[in-house]
Amino acid sequence: MSTATEAAPEEIHPSDEAHDDHDHGLSDWGYIKVALLLAALTAAEVLIYFAPPGPLEVPLLLILMVVKFEIVVAYFMHLRFDNKLFTWMFVGGLVLAIAVYAAFATSMVFWTDPAGCDVSPNPSC
Amino acid sequence: MTDTPTTGSTAAAVEPAEGDEPQIAYPRTEWDDYEIIPPTTSLSNEKLTMWTFLGSDCLLFGALISTYLLLRNRQPLSGEGSLKAADLFDIPFTSVSSFVLLMSSLTMVLAVSAIARGEMERCKLWLLTTAAQGAVFIAGQVYEFTSFYREGLGYTVSISSSAFYTLTGFHGVHVSLGIIMLVTLWAMINRGIIGPERAETVEIIGLYWHFVDIVWIVIFAVVYLIP
Repeated sequence: MSTATEAAPEEIHPSDEAHDDHDHGLSDWGYIKVALLLAALTAAEVLIYFAPPGPLEVPLLLILMVVKFEIVVAYFMHLRFDNKLFTWMFVGGLVLAIAVYAAFATSMVFWTDPAGCDVSPNPSC
Repeated sequence: MTDTPTTGSTAAAVEPAEGDEPQIAYPRTEWDDYEIIPPTTSLSNEKLTMWTFLGSDCLLFGALISTYLLLRNRQPLSGEGSLKAADLFDIPFTSVSSFVLLMSSLTMVLAVSAIARGEMERCKLWLLTTAAQGAVFIAGQVYEFTSFYREGLGYTVSISSSAFYTLTGFHGVHVSLGIIMLVTLWAMINRGIIGPERAETVEIIGLYWHFVDIVWIVIFAVVYLIP
């Protein structure tokens, strides 16, 4: 394995925090508390589904989804404590994925095909 | 390391000692001082590779989720093929599956934590628990697919059903691969191939497992809960 521990001492910059990422994770009890929070958020999602709070339903579900996503990535996947390069690699893919959706939405919702077919949710052809 | 004092840019033949192969001397570079060339980022290459893979996998699921969202209402209004997945969702059942997968992330991170402390038996226990939870999730998905099929929602019934099965099926394949990796990891630890000094291997498999979990967080909200 090519890790920092194999590098010559003078090659390791003091600002690099890559090799000591295990030292900054949560304790087991900390992880259990995070999991309990995630369970509570999931319960809130299901509650919103069965008792929708009117126009706030979709925004609330999206917010809860993003919060759960971020908690897992930050604490369980250690990105909060790890080198920022890992964050950039992952966020780069995520941003590209959202861009793919935006491109899809643009091409399929705002455009119509040359034959004049309706591409709305209830297509005419 | 070479101690051969050479200058200039042209390789020159060095006079061999008796019985030795002739050696070619090259101009010295800064890397000649090291036995192993260090990675320029001073990060673990394996971990960086996994993060790069996960970033690229975001694109795969981004495309599949986008496809489902754009096609989920594309079916005939009546008659054969008018059925859509959303009409058949059993939210309480799927919520339990989601909860099981979410808790498998907890047991995975506890496995990583255990091996980092050198507690191999506890690590093996958490790995097996994680794999079992993944298996429960897959069993739930098989049950869901079977019941949908019996209701008349086949893969080729409509463009929306194809999009639904493709998205959730791809996720199921990811979970299944994760289970195989976890069981393999357990077997390797059991046979002493992986010890506390290779805790990073468990962490890297854990990253993959957590990714599968966060993808389901998105699918559960966007596909199942949002009307």
